[in-house]
Amino acid sequence: MAEAAAAKTAPWTGASDAAPALPQKFPWARLLPALGPVLLFVLWDAAVRYGYIKAILLPTPWDTLVALVSGLAGGPLMIDFAVTVKRTLEAFAIAAIIGVPLGVLLGSNERAYRSVEFLIDFFRSTPSSALIPLFLLIFGVSDVNKVAIAAFGALLIVLFNSAYGVMNARKQRIMAAKVMGASRWQIFKDVLIWESLQPTFVGLRSAVSMALVIVIVAEMFIGSDTGLGHRIIDAQQVLNVKSMYSAILSAGILGYALNVLFLVIERRVVHWSGR
Amino acid sequence: MNDMRPINVAPVADVPVAPFVPGPAGTHITIRGLTKYFAGWPLYENFDLNIPKHKIVSVFGPNGCGKSTLINMIAGLVPIDAGEILFDGKSLADTKIGYVFQNYREAMFPWLRTIDNIAYPLKLAGKSKAELDRRVAELVASFDVKFDLNRFPYELSGGQQQTASIMRALAPEPEVLFLDEPFSALDFEMTLFIREKLQEVFMQTGTTMMLVSHDLEEAVYLADEVLLLTKRPTRIAEILRYGDARPRTVATLSEPSFIATKKQSLEIFQREVRR
Repeated sequence: MAEAAAAKTAPWTGASDAAPALPQKFPWARLLPALGPVLLFVLWDAAVRYGYIKAILLPTPWDTLVALVSGLAGGPLMIDFAVTVKRTLEAFAIAAIIGVPLGVLLGSNERAYRSVEFLIDFFRSTPSSALIPLFLLIFGVSDVNKVAIAAFGALLIVLFNSAYGVMNARKQRIMAAKVMGASRWQIFKDVLIWESLQPTFVGLRSAVSMALVIVIVAEMFIGSDTGLGHRIIDAQQVLNVKSMYSAILSAGILGYALNVLFLVIERRVVHWSGR
Repeated sequence: MNDMRPINVAPVADVPVAPFVPGPAGTHITIRGLTKYFAGWPLYENFDLNIPKHKIVSVFGPNGCGKSTLINMIAGLVPIDAGEILFDGKSLADTKIGYVFQNYREAMFPWLRTIDNIAYPLKLAGKSKAELDRRVAELVASFDVKFDLNRFPYELSGGQQQTASIMRALAPEPEVLFLDEPFSALDFEMTLFIREKLQEVFMQTGTTMMLVSHDLEEAVYLADEVLLLTKRPTRIAEILRYGDARPRTVATLSEPSFIATKKQSLEIFQREVRR
């Protein structure tokens, strides 16, 4: 209303005239994230083209991309990719289903957590790949083995983050619930669990990355005839570099995609985070 | 086994028990022999206080004298070392209280919509959906809420969030409302607005209120009694009565009675700070 009245008395308003007069600039800044990858491919191409690196060790980026796309579009790479995704998600699911409830429970009873804290921290600090021989003894050279060890590594991360999420819940929110007459159980289900969600998601995101790393390592070194890890090591043995690099790139794409996926889910679920 | 009894029983009869002295007529909260130590030092020792019913008491005192601790102990948020606190002769467990925190951001639950935050204490009390809706509608009317309660708290301004958290505290129709520096995190405009709302609510309901404030003008403006505390170990320096009729307005601020009360409070405060 005020604007309309102002327009009547003063027909010229600087703001409305100036806006369309601005030249339409192309948003170059939006292309910045693409700069790094393009630069990498240019350098890569130059290194191969001018013979700094032998073509037998490094194919051109174009050849690699073609191998990647054709491999993923129904080729053998696609099957290995799918197998690795399946193992990673299985390991992750086990870790999440056990880790989140157990972590929340341990976190809500600080004494219980303190009594197992050293174990959690110790095995969290132990590279899971160092435990592969141990898991070989227990599970043998099987598919279960690869999922089990990845689940173990991921589980500890989930557990740790969920437990700390509960322990570090904002004291004032707990006090607010308490002063409104909430019982211990009501504080647990209405405050603590919600407060732990954000750190839990950080844990889940790290856990899915960890599961992927361990699955790939396990596929490389525990007798396997499927999976990206198996494909990478096999291709390397016979110097099939195009296949090797395309498998490496697809493992990278998988890791990146999983991370983005979990970030998106996290933002949906923990919508209040950081606000 | 009767002969065993005297060995295990403390010689209660030998210790003189201070007789419980009830407060004057119209006392709501009776505090007797309240003792609280912090890191081995007494903060409150044998502290007695009567809080009158249907009145607003502002708590004012030097830094670190434990103004917030006092209301937190009465509200059951901070455990006491010794003493007794009764509400109309009842314990805290049998008393409905409301509490408004200074930091509304950490007092509201960001995973609940604002309206569900306000209804939360009613849900805790096991109220039906219909009762819940009726009460929230009542609060919306009495606070003349202009913002959208279906938003999440973090989508509202600071003043709106604090308004909502006062509504939440008042939702279960508490016998006592505690306010711990409720205006400190707000800008001046919002402070004035919420101060008026609080006065309106008090005139409608007569809810006993205890207000901790670090702004003397605000403390006197809202109060029936200004409770002035000493440095620790904290005692009552003085209780000033301020009886100007409500609604108090901007004009009240220049009334001789207001100025006199404020001046006297300041003198006592300065005397206590220098002591």
